[in-house]
Amino acid sequence: MKPIGTLSVMRDERAELAVISTRYRWLVIVVLAVFVLLGFRFAKLQVSDHELYASRADDNRIRLQALAPNRGLILDRRGRVLAENLPAYRLVVVPERTPSLDDTLDELHELVEIGADELERFERQRQRSRRFEALTLKSNLEPEQVARLAAQRHRLPGVEIEPYLTRHYPHGETLAHVVGYVGRVDERDLRRLPIERYRATTHVGKTGAERSFEDTLHGQPGFERVETNAQGRVLRVLERSTPTPGRDVALTIDLDLQLAAVEALGSFSGSVVVLEVRTGEVLALVSQPGFDPNLFVHGISRQDYSSLLNDRQRPLFNRFLSGGYEPGSTIKPFLSLAGLETGAITPDHRVFSNGYFQLPGHSRRYRDWRRGGHGWVNLEMALAESVNVYYYQLAVELGIDRIARELALFGFGRSTGLDLPGESNGVLPTRSWKRATFGEAWFPGETVITGIGQGFTVVTPLQLAHATAALAGRGRTAPPRLNGAVATLPVQMVEHRQAHWDAVFAGMASVVHGPTGTARAIAPDLPERIAGKTGTAQVFGLPDDEIERALRAEEILPEHLRNHALFMGFAPFDEPRIALSVVVEHGGGGSRVAAPVAAQVIARALELGH
Amino acid sequence: MFAAGPRFAGGPPAVIRLDGWLLVLLMLLMALGLFVLYSAGEQDAGLVWRQAVRLGLGLAVLVIMAHFPPRVLELWAPWLFALALLLLVATVFVGVGRGAQRWLDLGFIRFQPAEAMKLALPLMLASWFSRRPLPPGWLDSLIGLGWIALPAGLIFLQPDLGTAVLVTASGLGLMFLAGLRWRVMALMGAGLTAALPLAWVNLHAYQQNRVLTFLNPERDPLGQGWNIIQSKIAVGSGGWTGKGWQASTQSHLEFLPEPHTDFIFSVLAEEFGFIGVMTLLFLYAAITLRALFLASRCRDTFGRLLAGTVVLMFFLYMAVNVAMVSGLLPVVGVPLPLVSYGGTSAVTLLAGFGLLMGLYSRRRFMGES
Repeated sequence: MKPIGTLSVMRDERAELAVISTRYRWLVIVVLAVFVLLGFRFAKLQVSDHELYASRADDNRIRLQALAPNRGLILDRRGRVLAENLPAYRLVVVPERTPSLDDTLDELHELVEIGADELERFERQRQRSRRFEALTLKSNLEPEQVARLAAQRHRLPGVEIEPYLTRHYPHGETLAHVVGYVGRVDERDLRRLPIERYRATTHVGKTGAERSFEDTLHGQPGFERVETNAQGRVLRVLERSTPTPGRDVALTIDLDLQLAAVEALGSFSGSVVVLEVRTGEVLALVSQPGFDPNLFVHGISRQDYSSLLNDRQRPLFNRFLSGGYEPGSTIKPFLSLAGLETGAITPDHRVFSNGYFQLPGHSRRYRDWRRGGHGWVNLEMALAESVNVYYYQLAVELGIDRIARELALFGFGRSTGLDLPGESNGVLPTRSWKRATFGEAWFPGETVITGIGQGFTVVTPLQLAHATAALAGRGRTAPPRLNGAVATLPVQMVEHRQAHWDAVFAGMASVVHGPTGTARAIAPDLPERIAGKTGTAQVFGLPDDEIERALRAEEILPEHLRNHALFMGFAPFDEPRIALSVVVEHGGGGSRVAAPVAAQVIARALELGH
Repeated sequence: MFAAGPRFAGGPPAVIRLDGWLLVLLMLLMALGLFVLYSAGEQDAGLVWRQAVRLGLGLAVLVIMAHFPPRVLELWAPWLFALALLLLVATVFVGVGRGAQRWLDLGFIRFQPAEAMKLALPLMLASWFSRRPLPPGWLDSLIGLGWIALPAGLIFLQPDLGTAVLVTASGLGLMFLAGLRWRVMALMGAGLTAALPLAWVNLHAYQQNRVLTFLNPERDPLGQGWNIIQSKIAVGSGGWTGKGWQASTQSHLEFLPEPHTDFIFSVLAEEFGFIGVMTLLFLYAAITLRALFLASRCRDTFGRLLAGTVVLMFFLYMAVNVAMVSGLLPVVGVPLPLVSYGGTSAVTLLAGFGLLMGLYSRRRFMGES
């Protein structure tokens, strides 16, 4: 210690060091406090909250990866394959592993031609994926393409040839509208499908049975628990559950009969529907022309698609399901039953056909197809010769609303409920329907032509076949269906006195087997008696009936203006088992074109034991 | 460790005593660090080797600094400080680096002047306050603050918020040791609080983001918040005993950012769990307390202030880094001292410890002149 006197100038180092020592003590306290705080922090994170963070670490690294199930097969009623899965090869590129993606793509293009569509799809995938993900450049490689690629693969890092299963339709066009096709899952599919079952699925049923029975065909996906890094790259598989394949679907279709129906239609556009009367099972279902559904599986090229779209015969249009046709004279058996049931006619009721019909007080003449008329005709004759005047009168007597009510019993005007997507309802006109649709009153003349299936009435070939089946079963049939695995019970759709059915059946038998029947030409080709009715649907009306008739007789109308030819019928006559409808577009007359097609199909069906 | 040399007044002993305890603890820490680094650095032995060489270099610097006469340092302090300041100014204008200009390229070596300032500022302050009466008066306190603000401001301009804050904190810590009055501290605290809005406005957008994200990591879970969230997951998933060496999923599957530098503590926490964390924290606590003990026994004011600040800086680095990886502080880019991969800070810290040992070993001559 220095003397007091020098205190003001001298620094008291001892006192200063004491100050510092005090502060050191404080510092030690702070340091210890911080260590305790940090200790508590880690105790909280690592001990009390450990579970939470452990599961978050697992969520980080463990991902469930779905495995797509194999799709079930589609078979015909005898177990023949209509849709199958074939091994195929696709060209896969991992952008990250290529030295230069552009160079690799160029080289691949030299080896196997890569279309602009494929390149575009590849680019779109690439923008949505990570660089280490494998992207498909070209699917369904030809064997020689696989060979060429395999030979060159050693100098193309990042390029792989990957095996997979692809959907194949061995009967192509024949069943395109029945079996339908699968295509790549797109945005719209994702909105309607259960996402959790479709995570790994690349293809989904787009049309036809492929779409209707999607649920059965698809199967249950499997899962892989995989460990990934922060970029999502899969490092290893931790656990795996195998997918459950989809179940096969057996359709009610008989492939042999289907082929026969396609052959019978020949080069015509049109439709053939064959139903089993008792069960409603669909035995043949043809919409001609068809298209190759295999084109759609791998994504149809723009060129192929536009040629299908621009084809004047509209191969993509499903005629039996969505095609609306005037029924023409095929409506007459049903109108006959309506007349009998309401008492408007009896089987012996006779009408004189002088060639035309006029409404009282009107000058317009509604003609018979035979110039000069058919003379006195009863119901059987009226059906056999398709006497228009008979049905003009009957229609006027019944009135449009009663006609609609009676026809509705046979299912006209509403879809049949077949298990295929996209069925039309057709049109069964009434007064109120016309007012709602056109804002106009119903004219009496419109009732007259309804009597011969013209005017507003529209049916689909499937509806006509279904109504025919109901007729053949004396009012009793089952709704049409394609799924062979379910049995639908027949329902009594219409109740009529047996005598009425007999009368109409007799007339329909005379159509084919009577001496003056409109389809008598086919009788020799049939192994058994059948019942049927021809019909002609107008495509194009000329102002003067006489000129039109002359033109049609000479066959100088261009084909696309010619009438559609129709036929409906059932067989065998005594114990009806099958019912069918035939529509031949622009075929001309029902008796000349549609009836022979029907005869061929019926003969084959009976031969096959239906 | 070494035999004490002959004692004579005013001069240094011939052989300096290195503190055995502290040296052993530091080497244990560095060994543990290299061990974790091998796992955090993707089992890259080369990486571990390079770090070992740097640490060896740091130990050499430690020995040299321990022998450096403190008296000379005290005399040179203003000049060293001026030189470091000059380098900082140069860095602001001609510095290199991504996003922030922190490095000065001298051709043969790239060098972070801010690191030098970590020693230069405490030197300057220690020499300044040791020549003023303690506890410091208002004027001296203000001047002291000025010495701190100058380099801190320049570092902040680089911009390097983390280092600026640490340099400021170590300077303030020195003033605290010097006996800064409580009421002055209270006033400074109030002033700082008042200046916060002003400081906020002057922060770079990315710095503001870091603070906002720290306050609510879920605000940007894939960007700024990612680091904090993933680090907490790494730490928390470690549990009591951890997932085992080289078995951390967060770091090996690349969820954790910069696992071998700023977030190496998270790797340790994930692989060795709470027990590993406690072991490392215990090691840090032992080093800090032993070093504080040595610092508090230095011969004179200069020595005690300087040595204490060096320890404080080491402690602050550790505390800020550990608080950051556990989500207590925002991500500020401060390495874990002597464990994170990187040479500059390790060498600076070891140089500081050398200084501390040198100062301490001269304690015996206190008051005997």
